[in-house]
Amino acid sequence: MTPQLEILITVVIVSSACAALGVFLILRKMAMMTDAISHTILLGIVIAFFITKSLTSPFLIIGAACMGVFTVYLTEMLKRTRLMAEDSAIGIVFPFLFSIAIILITKYAGNTHLDVDSVLLGELVFVPFDRLVVFGRDIGAKSLYVMGTILLINMLFIAVFYKELKLATFDAALASVLGFSPVFIHYALMGLVSITAVGAFESVGSILVIAFMIGPPVTAYMLTDQLKKMLILSILIGIVNAIVGYWISAILDVSIAGSIATIIGITYLFAFIFAPKRGILAMIHLRRVQQIEYAVKSLLFHLYNHEGTDIEKEESNRHSIYKHLHWDKRFLERVLKKAARRDYLSVNKEYLKLTPEGRKYAIKSYEVL
Amino acid sequence: MQKYIIEVEDMTVAYEKKPVLWDIDIKIPKGVLMAIVGPNGAGKSTLIKAMLNLIIPISGKVLFNGACYESQRRYIGYVPQRGSVDWDFPTDVLDVVLMGTYGQIGWIKRPGKKQKEKALDAIKKVGMEEFVDRQISQLSGGQQQRVFLARALVQDADIYFMDEPFQGVDAKTEKAIINILKELRSRGKTVIVVHHDLQTVKEYFDWVTLLNTKLIKYGKVDEVFTDENLRMTYGTIGPILKGE
Repeated sequence: MTPQLEILITVVIVSSACAALGVFLILRKMAMMTDAISHTILLGIVIAFFITKSLTSPFLIIGAACMGVFTVYLTEMLKRTRLMAEDSAIGIVFPFLFSIAIILITKYAGNTHLDVDSVLLGELVFVPFDRLVVFGRDIGAKSLYVMGTILLINMLFIAVFYKELKLATFDAALASVLGFSPVFIHYALMGLVSITAVGAFESVGSILVIAFMIGPPVTAYMLTDQLKKMLILSILIGIVNAIVGYWISAILDVSIAGSIATIIGITYLFAFIFAPKRGILAMIHLRRVQQIEYAVKSLLFHLYNHEGTDIEKEESNRHSIYKHLHWDKRFLERVLKKAARRDYLSVNKEYLKLTPEGRKYAIKSYEVL
Repeated sequence: MQKYIIEVEDMTVAYEKKPVLWDIDIKIPKGVLMAIVGPNGAGKSTLIKAMLNLIIPISGKVLFNGACYESQRRYIGYVPQRGSVDWDFPTDVLDVVLMGTYGQIGWIKRPGKKQKEKALDAIKKVGMEEFVDRQISQLSGGQQQRVFLARALVQDADIYFMDEPFQGVDAKTEKAIINILKELRSRGKTVIVVHHDLQTVKEYFDWVTLLNTKLIKYGKVDEVFTDENLRMTYGTIGPILKGE
């Protein structure tokens, strides 16, 4: 396996592991918590490193996972005091724990591999240098195996507890009443987020971890309204983003993590603009259609309400009606055209008249209200 | 058989310093349709949540059929306030109603054909059969409430707790819901409803609990739902019910 391929496969695995969990994080409105966890785990790693004196010990992952869960717990405790909102609580806890980690590293571990830059941005280029050797044989880059295992755990967790995750995310109170502890689901998910973040941060850095956990899921959310599809789409988008980002970084000879994170952002932007149902263009179109639709209805109401009254003539004159309705003349023309095309209106001299069809439609749309 | 299906004993709930519920004692017989009424902040929802173990009380206990909540979970259905969930969640009507069957299925296993049929039956019962595949974000308030009711029906419970099921629903839905609640009662189920519309209490319910942090009175509507008791509950002077 070439070093390039090893790097590419690593980011693809990281992207899948993150994008799958991310779906539940954004549905639980915990995007900012991901940000916090992916940084505070560093403190867990540092503390575990001081205890084990090894940078390769599996206890580093355990330490990080504990710190991730502790971050969530601390934040929620602060929130429960009702002295501050959740985002403020995150803003206090995250820099506090992260800074302690930085101080510990610079003071006591300055000459080890733990350096602050690589924590934030990762060093994907170094992935192929760290080999996993079993019985004296080199079987590939270590991070490939670490992340592969984490991906497997995440997928298994989601597959096995899919029903419980869905229920606890949608309606925690019902989950609790039915006996599916939402607290257990919550902390299990947070534990996995921490493990994933710590497994990934060494290779891709915490910024890309956040980008993978939030970007592909929110893009998928723009495109579908089914949870299963959202999961699959999110993973696919993550993988495509990873490959395209990697490819561009190779062409431009720039940071791999930076390139991928940028692509994730651009992909979301595209979905934001062009998504078929929720994108802005679709929204603008829908609003226009609705505006005319409502205008047709209110014109019909207006005529219907004044049918047979003394002021009917005054109220239905096609040259002055725009003043009554407070419409722009051109808008009136568009509305009239639309109504005429559906045979709701007829023009008798200069007076607008409802057709029987138009009257029926006016009554029907009134009853729906 | 146990005489009372629900017994609340000496229940006090407090958020921080302020007690929200103060020493509540209620004994509810089987097969009643009971409203919990009281002013805003009286602790109506809190009472339900504390009975369901969603809030841990400072003191007191709740017994269902003379046993603790955990052992009776299977027989208890719950309809939370409509606003308590995110209706943009990526799922459809059938899927939400199916969630009501999760308790019977247990951990890990998935709902099968039997559960699906049950869910479809319940959806039909609340008049939502045209909307089975509808995205939940596309539902009106009344439709959302019907979906929640259908989800409770598939729970096949003996005791139902409903938190403001009539909040913000259209008149047609309100009629449909109350008919289903009355039908549940006629099948011997016990239904406890947090309710805010005093005008309809006499028409809809046979039992009522008047609550304002403390328990004012509870019992049969005919006996308890009097102007005097209402005045004690709401603390206002003058008739509270229109036309009385």
